[in-house]
Amino acid sequence: MQLDIDEGRNGTATEAAFHLSEVDGVMTCELSGDWTTHTVGEVDREFRQLESREGFSALHLDLSGIRYIDTAGAWLIARMIQRQEKQGTKVEISRQSEAASILLSAVAETADNPDVPEDASRRFNPLGVFEAVGRGVFLLRSDIIYGLHILGATVGGAQMKLGGKQSINPNAIVSQIDRMGVKAIPIVVLMSAIVGAIIAQQGAFQLRYFGAEIFVVDMVGILVLRELGVLLTAIMIAGRSGSAITAEIGTMKMREEVDALTVIGLNPLGVLVFPRLVALVIALPCLTIIANFAALGGAILVSWTYSDITPAAFIERMRTAIDLTSIFAGLIKAPFMAMIIGIIASVEGMKVGGSAESLGERVTASVVKAIFIVIVLDGFFAIFYAQIDF
Amino acid sequence: MSTDNDMPQQGGARDEVILEVRDVVVRFGKNTILDHLNLDVRRGEILGFVGASGAGKSVLLRTVLGLIPRVGGTIRMFGQDLATVSDADRVKIDMRQGVLFQHGALFSGLTVLENIQVPMREYLNLPKKLMDELALLKLELVGLPRNAAHKFPSELSGGMIKRAALARALSLDPDIVFLDEPTSGLDPIGAAEFDELVAQMRDTMGLTVYMVTHDLDSLLSVCDRIAVLGNKKILVEGTVEEMMASEEAWVKAYFRGKRARTIVQPGPPTEKMYGN
Ligand SMILES: Nc1ncnc2c1ncn2[C@@H]1O[C@H](COP(=O)(O)OP(=O)(O)O)[C@@H](O)[C@H]1O
Ligand SMILES: [Mg+2]
Repeated sequence: MQLDIDEGRNGTATEAAFHLSEVDGVMTCELSGDWTTHTVGEVDREFRQLESREGFSALHLDLSGIRYIDTAGAWLIARMIQRQEKQGTKVEISRQSEAASILLSAVAETADNPDVPEDASRRFNPLGVFEAVGRGVFLLRSDIIYGLHILGATVGGAQMKLGGKQSINPNAIVSQIDRMGVKAIPIVVLMSAIVGAIIAQQGAFQLRYFGAEIFVVDMVGILVLRELGVLLTAIMIAGRSGSAITAEIGTMKMREEVDALTVIGLNPLGVLVFPRLVALVIALPCLTIIANFAALGGAILVSWTYSDITPAAFIERMRTAIDLTSIFAGLIKAPFMAMIIGIIASVEGMKVGGSAESLGERVTASVVKAIFIVIVLDGFFAIFYAQIDF
Repeated sequence: MSTDNDMPQQGGARDEVILEVRDVVVRFGKNTILDHLNLDVRRGEILGFVGASGAGKSVLLRTVLGLIPRVGGTIRMFGQDLATVSDADRVKIDMRQGVLFQHGALFSGLTVLENIQVPMREYLNLPKKLMDELALLKLELVGLPRNAAHKFPSELSGGMIKRAALARALSLDPDIVFLDEPTSGLDPIGAAEFDELVAQMRDTMGLTVYMVTHDLDSLLSVCDRIAVLGNKKILVEGTVEEMMASEEAWVKAYFRGKRARTIVQPGPPTEKMYGN
């Protein structure tokens, strides 16, 4: 039994058409062809014009020419009947098929009030700008408060809502460290090595003018250990793990999994946020150390090839150029940055609403905010260190 | 519940097989879900599809829709083999089928009205105003209140999501709709209205309905034919009476169990009625 899919209703559809004739104040409208969703678009405009046309006392709709009708066709006819009757015209339909009459009665209720309700939330409001600013300020306030809640929950480490059981799940933390720390090692190493190499190369070229190429070691050492190692790693982690945290928590929020946790009596902050935050605070300093080594490695390699500074000479020089404070000045920042990334990612995750779109928005916001705040924080540390002569 | 239609121009010939499933085998890894399954769906009928939870009803539906690859067998829709169909014909088939997924699958970033308009936008060139009106019409046809039009899916109840998803499935007035448990999550009165609506669309437009359901009421009141999935194939297929007469254990328990008897025969169940 081979059917052609072009056969039947939609494929070889004939166009919807109507023909008007007026006799003694009675307008007759003969409808013909297919009146379906696929075809009515063509006649909608003309038919709508007829709806508001006046100057006849009765309208007679002859449906006998209709070959096929569906709800969309019935809708146009019902709309015509409703509009014309409202104008005081007497409307009569004749020779309709049984399907048409059932469909007409089915759509009649909607046709009684055919106007699509307006969406109040989308109406233009000239005060909208102020409203948006106000909303933004209050949102910022609630974000900060929520961030502090997360921080509090982390310090408390409470897993139960009422703090009944204080147990934390070490497995969750370990697996998070694996995902956010161990698996990030290759990319962090690669990135840091390249940046270290670039700085060494550029520095060497500039310092060569003064015949002070060896000072490239001082520059790279201090720059990498105090600033770049930790900053670049934090930015990488904000992009890599911050987005993942927001997406994970956001998806759980969307599917009511967060609500389920709350109802079961668990604290979503404790279960979801705590392990991730702890893992970040442990992983980021470790990654920073690795990044420092990688960056210095890259610098050693480049200095050797471009400036004939042997690795032994490089290290010898480094021992006089830097001391333990340089290393700690950078490393101390890592846990704070980890905290910022984790808290922002969690706050944004919890703000995800019901739609896929809001998930995307929140993930973007999470990464952008985290990177921005991390850089600002780094600036504050620089000022602070300068003041205390660290 | 008259199935003969005195409007031959509406919907084409009866008894035409609109969907033909032959020897379909579906596996997930080593786990065979469907094993040489055969099924025919005829134009203008409402086929009720039952089976235990996890039997593979949704899997079969998704296989027919081409969402799950099959290991063997052929599926023909509107006479076209879905494995060899050209892209142009595939689009025509897509335009003539509507699907209500088990969990609604509404687009979360669009309002209800916009969800209903997605197929119209994609396939037809309709004026914006008409699209709004038609979407509103579909919304009211499936029994949703007008004020739901601008709500987002996350603001709807479970039953409302089902209805909105049905409205989207009916958006283009398709030839065949696939409904995966459409009435689960609806109140009984809403479910009965839903059944009535489906029957009405069948009668007026020759709509073919493939309905996975656990709702005995809808099976008995609107379905022309019932197919039972079990043991990786169709166990029994036929009218309600044939189901009643079947000796398959699962079918017997389903249609002649205590729960069924109270629906089939209101009032005190009479034993001799079904001879067991
Ligand atoms: N994507 C999948 N991967 C593996 N197994 C699946 C998948 N989808 C469904 N299954 C299995 O197929 C079987 C049938 O599922 P399903 O068709 O959803 O059941 P139901 O009949 O209740 O709709 C179940 O055992 C389920 O575990
Ligand atoms: Mg299912």
